[in-house]
Amino acid sequence: MIFQRDDKTSEPFNSVKAGKYLTLGVDVPLVLDCGIPLDNFTVAYESYGTLNANKTNVILVCHALSLDQFVSGVNPISGKNGWWDLVVGPGKLIDTENFFVICPNILGGCMGTTGPKEINPETGERWGLQFPGVTISDMVRAQALLLDELGIDKVFCAIGGSMGGMQVLEWAAAFPERVFAAVPIATASHHSAQNIAFHEVGRQAIMADQDWRGGDYLNQGCYPQRGLAIARMIAHITYLSEPALQNKFGRRLQDRDEITFGFDADFQVESYLRHQGSTFVDRFDANSYLYITRAMDYFDLAEHHGNGILAEAFREAETRFCVISFTSDWLYQTAESRAIVKALNAVAANVSFAEIESDKGHDAFLLEEPEFWKVLSGFLEGAADKYGLISK
Amino acid sequence: MIRKVQTYPIRIDFQLIAQMVEPGSRVLDVGCGDGALLDYLDQEKQVDGRGIELSSEGVNACVSAGLSVIQGDADQDLNDYPDQAFDYVVLGQTLQATREPHNVLKNLVRIGKHAIVSFPNFGYWQVRMDLVFSGRMPQTKSLSHNWYDTPNIHFCTIKDFITLCGTLGIEIESGVALNHLGRTRAIGGTGMRFANLRGEQAVFLLKMR
Repeated sequence: MIFQRDDKTSEPFNSVKAGKYLTLGVDVPLVLDCGIPLDNFTVAYESYGTLNANKTNVILVCHALSLDQFVSGVNPISGKNGWWDLVVGPGKLIDTENFFVICPNILGGCMGTTGPKEINPETGERWGLQFPGVTISDMVRAQALLLDELGIDKVFCAIGGSMGGMQVLEWAAAFPERVFAAVPIATASHHSAQNIAFHEVGRQAIMADQDWRGGDYLNQGCYPQRGLAIARMIAHITYLSEPALQNKFGRRLQDRDEITFGFDADFQVESYLRHQGSTFVDRFDANSYLYITRAMDYFDLAEHHGNGILAEAFREAETRFCVISFTSDWLYQTAESRAIVKALNAVAANVSFAEIESDKGHDAFLLEEPEFWKVLSGFLEGAADKYGLISK
Repeated sequence: MIRKVQTYPIRIDFQLIAQMVEPGSRVLDVGCGDGALLDYLDQEKQVDGRGIELSSEGVNACVSAGLSVIQGDADQDLNDYPDQAFDYVVLGQTLQATREPHNVLKNLVRIGKHAIVSFPNFGYWQVRMDLVFSGRMPQTKSLSHNWYDTPNIHFCTIKDFITLCGTLGIEIESGVALNHLGRTRAIGGTGMRFANLRGEQAVFLLKMR
């Protein structure tokens, strides 16, 4: 068994409480897009830097599918650097000495915000598939409630890559008056058939695992780690580019000089993917993976906010946009970003758009990309200037 | 400080364009290059400026400098903008590089309440001399490419331009010719032939009739 773990605890991943938490929907429940009201739910978040007196220095970071609220510094759960530590921190591009950076774990996630792995207060058991289906819009409305609770009316900037970018677009469409600047990176205004197809294969892998138990695995003390690992392996391929894989692994063999005529990981790329899969199951809930991928598949900004016309979704936007894509990203291609820019132009919105030359694929936004950083930094400085955050 | 302070003297055609722009207006610069004009207009006229630029180097330089610029091209992307979305749409030294200059011009006056167009004048005496005496495609300071690698595929003279505006129903509000020393001369009336001969470049302020 490739993905068999040594310990057999029913809690498949570290559930140490870390970061900050707030209970929301106490007086008024959040009515989800599926129609179900959610009350007394938790949003886990992390923040960096200090909120200024006027609460004008807020940068909302929206995280991607498999990431979390621990953007900067050391992730207290994994002990590794936060996923955007290269960009966010004291003295860094998003300087936490000037900005108050906040990142909420998404609704349906598994890092402390209410999701399928948490206890359903009505039954005392894990939600599992009893958890209501959530959408990107639900996630954003939960985040809006979090900001309400913190007394933040308007963020200086909402920024995020991939699914984080979808949240940024949703923010700009649903709450244009609350977002001064928006930076959707390596993202799309809706999921394509290919995007949905990849997600479906991942979900099928999870649901085909005997230990998934119809989603009830946590109540039954088991865990669909093989299924989730396979889902992650598939997804991971889509985050890289063909040249990136080729450069990194080529056809090199793993710890051997000859092929074995067996099905062990002969090739380095196989070994790498297996490693990606097996480490993922240590930190992610399989049901969360189902729920979140579904939310992404359902995402269609034009349909939700513009009666099918994307430009209409941005009709009210006073927001300054900076749309960024990467040349080798084949998951959310430049054409998707261009469609967003086209729609923004159609309402004469204030938009910048840069396609960054990179061979790192979709994951480029998480990695060291000096040209990307230069563009991002320039945009943020220009926006901060217009927002009155920089004294000349 | 956000941007580098523009080193003076600023290009003379930028100054002419800036003179045509009302302070605080909304400006779209089509083919904005590294954003020098947008930056200048921002500083001198406090405009709400946007740009479109074909080269990714140009776009990245602009956005890095805090300017609102998208990667795109005049032939295609102007179609996306709504009518009268800007006070001024500027096309500086780019008309001759577009595939369909007539459609670009129509878009400029549709999107902008005014359009400002500058271009190198192919009727300039030195260009004419070059062709007559060398028998080869003219190359001057403002037209420095070889015929085979030039991005400038649709040259015109000042006279041609005025004729096209007439055909397209575009009103010329004002026009200025610039000679090689940077001296300016209003285009119009009896000075027309002179401008077409002596003007190395021209700047026009246009609107839809």
